[in-house]
Amino acid sequence: MATITVERKPLSFLERTYIPNVVAGLTTTFKRMIKPTETLQYPEQRPAIPTGYRGVPTLVNDPNGREKCVSCQLCEFVCPPKAIRITPGEIANDDPNAHVEKRPKAFEIDMLRCIYCGLCQEVCPEEAIFLQNQYSMTGYTRAEMVNDKARLYELGGTLPDQHYKWDKKKSAAEAASHGGHH
Amino acid sequence: MTSVSELCDLCGKISDLRLSASDMFDFYFDLPLWFRLVLQGTIVILVLFPLAAACSMAERKISAWIQGRPGPNRTIPPFLAWIPGINIIRNLGLFQLAADGGKFTFKEDPVPGNVNKFYFILAPILSMIPALSTIAFVPFGAYFKTLADGTRELTPIILANTDLGLLAVFAVSSLGVYSLILAGWASNSKYPFLGGVRASAQLISYELSMTLSILPVFLWVNAPGGEGTLSLFNVVQTQSQPGFLGGMWYIFLMPLSAFIFLTALFAETNRQPFDMPESESDLVGGFHTEYGAFKWSLFFVAEYAHMIVGSGIFCLLFLGGWNPLPWVTLADTANLLGIAGIPLLMGLLGITLFLGKVGFFIFFFMWVRWTLPRFRYDQVMNLGWKKLLPLSIANLIFYAIAIAVKDLYFPNL
Repeated sequence: MATITVERKPLSFLERTYIPNVVAGLTTTFKRMIKPTETLQYPEQRPAIPTGYRGVPTLVNDPNGREKCVSCQLCEFVCPPKAIRITPGEIANDDPNAHVEKRPKAFEIDMLRCIYCGLCQEVCPEEAIFLQNQYSMTGYTRAEMVNDKARLYELGGTLPDQHYKWDKKKSAAEAASHGGHH
Repeated sequence: MTSVSELCDLCGKISDLRLSASDMFDFYFDLPLWFRLVLQGTIVILVLFPLAAACSMAERKISAWIQGRPGPNRTIPPFLAWIPGINIIRNLGLFQLAADGGKFTFKEDPVPGNVNKFYFILAPILSMIPALSTIAFVPFGAYFKTLADGTRELTPIILANTDLGLLAVFAVSSLGVYSLILAGWASNSKYPFLGGVRASAQLISYELSMTLSILPVFLWVNAPGGEGTLSLFNVVQTQSQPGFLGGMWYIFLMPLSAFIFLTALFAETNRQPFDMPESESDLVGGFHTEYGAFKWSLFFVAEYAHMIVGSGIFCLLFLGGWNPLPWVTLADTANLLGIAGIPLLMGLLGITLFLGKVGFFIFFFMWVRWTLPRFRYDQVMNLGWKKLLPLSIANLIFYAIAIAVKDLYFPNL
C-alpha cells in the first residue's frame, strides 16, 4: 500500500465556469490591496534584529574599559575562510593592565572573506569577540572592507562581563604574595 | 486647400483674439475645417498616448499594492524636492514614469543581426496606428449644441461621428494583430515566432465571440423599420431614454453579452489570463523578445491604448457611456447643475464621467492580471471555441427571439 489513490471529485458546473473562483481570487487580492504594505522602507526604516543574530564580528571591551582580547589566536586558527589576522603584542609593565597576559598589536578581519559562521565567537576563551547586530558592510575598495583593530572596537563597544577573570587572578596573586594559605 | 487670403484672415483673427469664451468659440469654429480636424486629432492623441504610458505606472503600482509593496516611490528630481506636498507625486511614481520615458527614448536601440530589418522596424510603428486611430470612432462625452432655430441638440464629442461606429473600431483594431505577427516573423527567432502564431490564432478565435456578443445590443438599438446604425453615440442615446427600460444600462438587460464581451476583450488586448502572445513564462517574451528600448515601449503603449479604447467601448455599450447612473442621464445632471447651457462645462462633465468609468475598467484589467494565473494555450483555445463561441451564438439567438417577441406582443413596454 505504498500509493493511495485519491478520489478526485468531478467539478460542478459552477466551478467549470471559473466564475466563483475568479471572484474569490479578486476578493482576496482586493483585500490585500487595501491593507498596509508589508515592506520596510529600508534605509529609513531598519529591521528589528532577533537575539542571537550573527552580524559583523567585533571585538569588545569589558566594563572596566580593558580590551578583552589576549591575542591567543584561537579565532585565527579556527576561522574557516582565514579572514582573521592577529599580531600579538606585549603589555608594558607600567600599564594598569600589566597583569593581563597579552593583547593584540594588530587585529584585522577581512570582511570580504568572513562567512559569518560565528566560530570565532564560539572558540574565544576570553569572550572577546562577538558577532553583533550590524548586518551591512559596504566599501569602495578592498582595503576598506578590512576591519582593523580600532574599527573592530568601535563596532563592538562594551559588553557586560560576568567573570572579571583577570581582576580575580590579580587579587588572587596579590593575596598569595601577602602570605596566603599555601 | 487654403488660399493666401484665408491665411491672412486667420492671422487677423489671431491678432484680435480676446479672452472671452464666446469669442474663443467663435474663433475656433471660424477656423477652416481641415485645421480643426487636425487640431482635434492631435489633441486626442496627445491625451491618449501619455494616458497609455501612465497605465504602465498604474500597472506597477497596482501590482505592488496587491503584493503588499508600496511600488516605485523614490524617484524625484533633486531640484524639485523643496516643493511642499510634492511627495504625493513622488509616492505615486510619476517621476519614475517620466524617468522611464526618458530612458526608453534615449537608450541604445539595437537591431539584432539576423532579423528582417525593414519589417522588424515596421512592426512597432504598425502597432501604434490601429491603437491610436480607433479612438476616432469613440465618443467620450456630449454637450447641448444650440441650433440656428434656438433649440438644443445633444451632440457627441467625437472625432468622427459616423454611422459605422463600432464596425470601424472592430475593423481597425483587429489590424493590430498584424503588428504582432509581423514582429514575431521578422524577429527570425523561435519564441517570437511562436508568440506571433499564438497572437493570430487567439485574436481570430476571440474576435468571433466578441462580435457575436454585441449583436444583441444592436438588435435592441435598431428598431425595425428605422434607419440602421452602428453608431456608439446612438447606443448611449438609447440608454438615456425616459422610462424603466429606456434608462436601463445594457449590462442589466444583457449581462451575458457583457460578460462574453469583457472576456473576449481580455483576449483581444492580450491581457492576462489570456496573454498567450507574450507569455513570458513559456515564450520568454513572445513577440517582443528581440525588441528593446523605444520600439519595445511602443508595443506596450499600443497595448494600453487598446485597453483604453476597449474599456471605453465596453462603457459605451453596457454602462451608459457618460451617464452618471442608470436612469440618470447626463442631460438631466447638467440641467440639475445648471450647466446645460454651457457647452464647455457640460462637455467636461461628460468626459470626466466617461473617463472615470474607463479608469475603473483599466483598474479592473490590472486587478485581474495580478490575480489570475495564465491559462494554458490549449485551454485558451478550448475556452474560445468550445465555450464562448457556442455561448455567444446561443445568447444571440435568445435575444433575437426575445426582442422579436417584445416587438410583436409588447410594443409599448
